[in-house]
Amino acid sequence: MTINPNIPQGALPDKWQNYKESQQLVSPANKRKLRIIVVGTGLAGASAASTLGQLGFAVDAFCLQDSPRRAHSIAAQGGINAAKNYQNDGDSVERLFRDTIKGGDYRAREANVYRLAQLSNNIIDLCVAQGVPFAREYGGQLANRSFGGAQVSRTFYARGQTGQQLLLGAYGALSREVARGTVTLHTRHEMLELVTEPDTDGTPVARGIITRNLVTGQLERHAAHAVVIASGGYGNVYHLSTNALGSNVSAAWACHRKGALFANPCFVQIHPTCIPMHGDYQSKLTLMSESLRNDGRIWVPRTKQLAEQLRQGTITANDIPADERDYYLERRYPAFGNLVPRDVASRAAKERCDAGFGVAYDGNAVFLDFADAIARLGKDTVSQRYGNLFSMYHKIVDQDPYSTPMIIYPAVHYTMGGLWVDYQLQTTVRGLFAAGEANFSDHGANRLGASALMQGLADGYFILPYTLQNYLASHIHDGMPSTDTQAFAIAHQEATDRIAALFSHSGYKPSNNTPADFHRRLGNIMWQHCGMARSKQSLTTALQLIGELSQEFHQNLHIPGSADEMNPALDQALHVADYIPLASLIATDALLREESCGGHFRVEHQTPDGETLRDDEHFMHVAAWQHQGSGQPETRLTEPLSYQHINLSTRNYK
Amino acid sequence: MNFKLHIWRQPNAKAKGHFETYSVANISPDCSFLEMLDILNAQLSTNPVSHPVCFDNDCREGICGMCGLYINGRPHGNDDGITTCQLHMRRFRDGDEIWIEPWRAKAFPIIKDLVVDRSAFDTIIQAGGYISATPGAAPDARNTLVDKHSADLAMDAAQCIGCGACVAACKNASAMLFVAAKVSHLALLPQGQPEAKQRVKAMVFAMDSLGFGSCSNTYACEAECPKQIKRDNIARLNRQWEAAKMS
Ligand SMILES: Cc1cc2nc3c(=O)[nH]c(=O)nc-3n(C[C@H](O)[C@H](O)[C@H](O)COP(=O)(O)OP(=O)(O)OC[C@H]3O[C@@H](n4cnc5c(N)ncnc54)[C@H](O)[C@@H]3O)c2cc1C
Ligand code: FES
Repeated sequence: MTINPNIPQGALPDKWQNYKESQQLVSPANKRKLRIIVVGTGLAGASAASTLGQLGFAVDAFCLQDSPRRAHSIAAQGGINAAKNYQNDGDSVERLFRDTIKGGDYRAREANVYRLAQLSNNIIDLCVAQGVPFAREYGGQLANRSFGGAQVSRTFYARGQTGQQLLLGAYGALSREVARGTVTLHTRHEMLELVTEPDTDGTPVARGIITRNLVTGQLERHAAHAVVIASGGYGNVYHLSTNALGSNVSAAWACHRKGALFANPCFVQIHPTCIPMHGDYQSKLTLMSESLRNDGRIWVPRTKQLAEQLRQGTITANDIPADERDYYLERRYPAFGNLVPRDVASRAAKERCDAGFGVAYDGNAVFLDFADAIARLGKDTVSQRYGNLFSMYHKIVDQDPYSTPMIIYPAVHYTMGGLWVDYQLQTTVRGLFAAGEANFSDHGANRLGASALMQGLADGYFILPYTLQNYLASHIHDGMPSTDTQAFAIAHQEATDRIAALFSHSGYKPSNNTPADFHRRLGNIMWQHCGMARSKQSLTTALQLIGELSQEFHQNLHIPGSADEMNPALDQALHVADYIPLASLIATDALLREESCGGHFRVEHQTPDGETLRDDEHFMHVAAWQHQGSGQPETRLTEPLSYQHINLSTRNYK
Repeated sequence: MNFKLHIWRQPNAKAKGHFETYSVANISPDCSFLEMLDILNAQLSTNPVSHPVCFDNDCREGICGMCGLYINGRPHGNDDGITTCQLHMRRFRDGDEIWIEPWRAKAFPIIKDLVVDRSAFDTIIQAGGYISATPGAAPDARNTLVDKHSADLAMDAAQCIGCGACVAACKNASAMLFVAAKVSHLALLPQGQPEAKQRVKAMVFAMDSLGFGSCSNTYACEAECPKQIKRDNIARLNRQWEAAKMS
């Protein structure tokens, strides 16, 4: 099988325009007869569903939560990038494009990223028109802040709740379409299977999905002319992450089982500033937004003795004089200082902690200090900028960050990998599209801050409405899709069987065999052996341990309750059942990518001063994995990347 | 720390519910309230005759609005400006008895145990809680100036997470603060003006028809709102409503 990214002709800046001018359209009368399923109502899903509804298509939107407004996008704190150059500090589409490609360590497609940078400005226009209350200056203009990996201020924000406000904007648009009757909502519904039929050339075509009603447990069939997966990222394969507890890979994995390639699974982002772990009962890790690095300074003590005293609790951060503090990011990266990209900042924190300079609990923590900012700007300004983050921190850690530096440590945050898509966001299953964090498209090996929101909204508001239309234009004669087909019957049976298999051992030996127990154990394996630093040895160990865990899971899993009722333990079991093969795939992908790039750090491949060492000659490609049936090794396909517009260089933030 | 928990159990919407009593032991004060319930559920999972307790939650950091428990007579428990998932066991004393109930309101029917159906809130928003803007027709963002004061007030109101604590706190189960927050957010912005009158009428009408009670100005909603949304928004809603009726 060869994979074709279908990049339009023309110079980079003209490609998207060229695409739109040559694509096919669907007339208003025909739009009503075409059904589209959108799985997910986060930024990507809600923006896609509402825009497709506005255009007149018949849309069915699905989400796990009781309301579309609660999708995990709601939790995004810091902001959204756009190349508006309102600050007149030298920003442009070209610069946003270059920063994003470089931030991704030259592992993203030029054409996609250029389009993203172009669309970034339209997003801000639309969101302001929707009433998103972005921060303003006294003169009434929009305010901006800086984020990592950029030397301009291009991030728009709504206090520390940017994702919430953008999602409420998209949810408003979606709600309007529900009222107009173009979108039908299916809340508390989980997609379990993708339904496909082979096309005349044997390629699978999406026909619909099988869902489970999370209130009644009932399995349902939904048919459509096209399916969009906007189900978010798979960071929870690490168990503890900054993601919401319900975030999962299962919808994307169901597509993978049916022929959609899964790209670059090992590209996982570990965010430098999260509240450290503190107990084995812990259910999640809380992010402290990257925006804090605008004003907070990161440090550890200069000596191990002081670090030891901090860990023992015999002294506090405030007892350490200025000349005994090591502002290691400012020291190592004078040009970008505390605003280096996330992967760089995370590794630097790990390096200091591993070397014995960590400051709290088990030594896995560094300080993020606002004392200088408070002295320079005053407490009021700092509180206006970060008040809600400070109070969130205070509630969790029980310490006041206005008077004591925060303690932070890296945590799993975002997944750059995901369903492989072409320029049209179409997967290798015809009529199946993927948007937002669920696809792999724009962030290469590392995502820059404030660009996930940008990507999700670009996909949903501005790209899918065109590319889906282009696809559907040749399906206007298909008639109403039916669920009464053999393909549906088979998929329905597959879902029934998978659930029955999970219950087949319940009651055997309940203790330590709940879905939560397996999830925690899997997360530990991944964090220890496939986290911030990976080696051939650690990855081989990971694969072996995942194999053992998989066997135990399928022999000993205990799920309380039954399948025909609301049962959160079953929901979790279904997610863990997919995380296990995904974890193997991540470790395999990491093992075969014999280079370091972005968030993927192989200790065998580093420069003498500990920076990532890419191997462009052998690995300047996307690795796209093809499923070969349950338990079988997957096949690695590659999509070569070429850089025509940008000069390849070593990332340098010094 | 050790606790005795009295938890509302109800197998489904139609069944009659009742309190069950459980104990949990050795809970760390740094444990969150929902993590404490996770520990209880792990205990219940290994017991063949007991079923884990169902409760809604997702982000576990106070922003999605999914969680919401009525704890010892207070929505989201005994702390100010937080959601249930942000409540920590250090707020309790060792040996405390804790009563845990779902939101109680006619417009929020119980689905199972502590889980309620809040889709009435979605219905209110669908009635008009948005500005009609389309991707093809938005003007350049710099052409819309919003004075900082109004933008800040709009953001204060827009912070609502739709958890329903205001309804649960109100003796009339009124949704006034929820509706007022959305109406205010949009009415404070120039972009929200064209649809302002129609919006307030449609949203208030939807609220009344969904079985929420009326507001008798006791402001329990304001006291219990995890995002500390102010009663001023209710006054603003009333002004909008009067203006809309006149026209
Ligand atoms: C704490 C935090 C802070 C962040 N801050 C920023 C930031 O400041 N700037 C930035 O750019 N990015 C940020 N990000 C990243 C960004 O928020 C996410 O990448 C983005 O919101 C993902 O949006 P999405 O629409 O792709 O998916 P999500 O918002 O995750 O939505 C997924 C949707 O799919 C549904 N779903 C999932 N599985 C199924 C299934 N099987 N069946 C049916 N429905 C399903 C869910 O119910 C949900 O509606 C942050 C992330 C985190 C964790
Ligand atoms: S779980 Fe999201 S607010 Fe509590």
